[in-house]
Amino acid sequence: MKRSRIALSVLASATLALGACSAGSLGSSDEDSGGGKVSLSFLVDNAPETVKAAEGLAKDFTAKNPDITVKVESRPQGTEGDNIVKTRLSTSDMTDVFQYNSGSLFQALAPQKNLVDLTGEAFVGRTDDNFKTTVTAESKVYGAPFGNFFAGGIMYNKDVYTKLGLEVPKTWDAFMANNAKIKAGGVDPVIQSYGETWTSQLFVLGDYYNVEKASPGWAEKYTKNQVKYATDPVARAGFDHLQQVHDAGYVNKDFASTKLTDALRKLAKGEGAQYPILSSMITQLVTDNPGSENKIGLFAIPGTDAAKNGITVWAPSGVYIPASTTGDKLAASKKFLDFIASPEGCTSFGNASQPSGAWAVKGCTLPDSVPQAVKDLQAYVDQQASGLALEFLSPVKGPALEQICVEVGSGIRKAEPGAKLYDEDVKKQAQQLGLEGW
Amino acid sequence: MTAIVEKSSARSRTRAAGPAGGKRAKSPYPHWFYLPAAIVYGVLFVIPTVTSFYFSLTRWNMFSSKFIGFENYVTFFKEPALVSGLTHTIIYAVVTSGLKVVLGLGLAVLLTSQIIGRGYLRSVVFFPVLVSTIGVGLTFTILMDPEDGLINQSLALIGIQGPGWLTDPSYALLSVALVDVWKGVGLATLIYIAGIVSIPQEYFEAARVDGASAWQNFRSIVLPLARPATFTVILLSLIGGLRSFDLIWAMTRGGPGFTSDVIASVIYKQYQAGFYGLSTAGNVVLFLLVTAIIFPLSRFLNSKEVDL
Repeated sequence: MKRSRIALSVLASATLALGACSAGSLGSSDEDSGGGKVSLSFLVDNAPETVKAAEGLAKDFTAKNPDITVKVESRPQGTEGDNIVKTRLSTSDMTDVFQYNSGSLFQALAPQKNLVDLTGEAFVGRTDDNFKTTVTAESKVYGAPFGNFFAGGIMYNKDVYTKLGLEVPKTWDAFMANNAKIKAGGVDPVIQSYGETWTSQLFVLGDYYNVEKASPGWAEKYTKNQVKYATDPVARAGFDHLQQVHDAGYVNKDFASTKLTDALRKLAKGEGAQYPILSSMITQLVTDNPGSENKIGLFAIPGTDAAKNGITVWAPSGVYIPASTTGDKLAASKKFLDFIASPEGCTSFGNASQPSGAWAVKGCTLPDSVPQAVKDLQAYVDQQASGLALEFLSPVKGPALEQICVEVGSGIRKAEPGAKLYDEDVKKQAQQLGLEGW
Repeated sequence: MTAIVEKSSARSRTRAAGPAGGKRAKSPYPHWFYLPAAIVYGVLFVIPTVTSFYFSLTRWNMFSSKFIGFENYVTFFKEPALVSGLTHTIIYAVVTSGLKVVLGLGLAVLLTSQIIGRGYLRSVVFFPVLVSTIGVGLTFTILMDPEDGLINQSLALIGIQGPGWLTDPSYALLSVALVDVWKGVGLATLIYIAGIVSIPQEYFEAARVDGASAWQNFRSIVLPLARPATFTVILLSLIGGLRSFDLIWAMTRGGPGFTSDVIASVIYKQYQAGFYGLSTAGNVVLFLLVTAIIFPLSRFLNSKEVDL
């Protein structure tokens, strides 16, 4: 009797190990292992901070649920990672649980077909509403939040601001006036780093809060092909701003070849005063430049109306369960997601990786030790002056935006033709997604 | 690519079968011996080629596909990046091919003359060919950095302000082309050396008797008799230039903006963006374009070779 039970558990764990790398349907055969241990595989992207956080979560979760072990696997980031996730989903070869972007990239996974509907789970009530919309397809919720919100804004060197007696600008005109003074003070007013093209997009993407405030419901109209960047002056402002800072000579001289790391260093050392970038980069800035936690602040991309200025926010990525996960593993996976989306999960995440923005789970708080830029972001959130970026409100995002921004920001192309070219680029994306009205 | 491989293998097959024509029944091997090769070739080459023609007519993703006729081709040809990509591809191919011919011939003449350390110099010229393209690309990206790069710092020593080789839109494509030439000229030189060495010495002796100058030697003996080598170099470097991708991607990723985008990088970016149908159509276009340029050119050059 005893021996056969041992044999059975050996067999069961063997199938579990196999299940991790073979078709998901095999996984269901361990249902009869009868209350034994369950092992989950968890696929995350290979950014060092992500892997650290995922392993921290896995460890703390197993400590709490000794019957369930979680094995973290990693995949490349960016488009290569997108392809891996899509391929594994379409061949039912996905891990039991996986982490992936929310918003438009999540929509491209065909959630209705490939993911487990989690609408009825308890943790859904605990998650932030903004986040929830980014993992919802056809009014069903599919994911739990992994990490923090972050913002697209302008990080600035507080020392330079104090020295020159400047105030945080709320309108674009005030921003440009500051720039003139900074330049007169012998510091590069705006840092740009086109050596890494994605960093060029912040003036456009980070301006979305202002666009939405000026014409509410813009995203919806955009998805339906009723508004365009080139013809809507409010939306085009992002492209205009890019051109203006270049034409006025406010950017650092080596903007064309500067990379993110150099740009962060320039900002930390005060060689440049302001850097439009994602607030999550503060973690890297502080790691690379110790002692700068409280020297760097964050403000929203200025708009036309000071009273309506606010910050554009990116939602954290989500953790999802693919449709190929069934039986005991499904139950265990749901438990794992419940843990991730709980105050305990936030603590576990924060212990493994420095939080860089607000949590998407109710009841989670940030420690006092977070850098100044994170506190600044939190202040915007507390004042209700924050809104999601366009890519979370509309599935339409063109792949060539970064190159177009580089062109506009380097004076190769003017703002208006740039915006027009982006509208063309977006059209292909909308057609690929099969949206109405394109 | 596939078609070129297919064509040459078909040709060698007919040639090999030539003497034994009409004696097929006497083949020492049963037909099913061909099966493994046929399956591999079919699965890896024929089926993908045929299906890619079909998928270029659909809008597909990992999960489904939708037939849309020639819409992908229409979009592809309307693409603003395509027109510039096409021009850049042709500029790139012509510049690299031309420079490789001129420099390759010059170096080959130098390296076939009686100079000190000839063997060593020959291997030095050939060495860049052996280095990985990505490695060369990354190295030159660092050397060509506008502020801290070795090239511009050296120029600054003699008082010249060097341009942003890879960041200035008017230089980026040419800078990459120059690196391509640096990397590829060794092969051209090698082909030329072989061509020049195979010219019979009698011609040079007769010329010496007639009192020909060095220039006349070169103009009337080396240049015409090395023509087969010239054709090979032109053909190889033109094909290489037209479908060039790795070096450009390693050095500029088509940037700044789109100023050094070639067709292959345009297609790659579309694939990356998930426009699978569109990029499949682009590949079919690239395939047809390379065939349309290279096939007649190779026919023309081959016919010249026979005339010689």
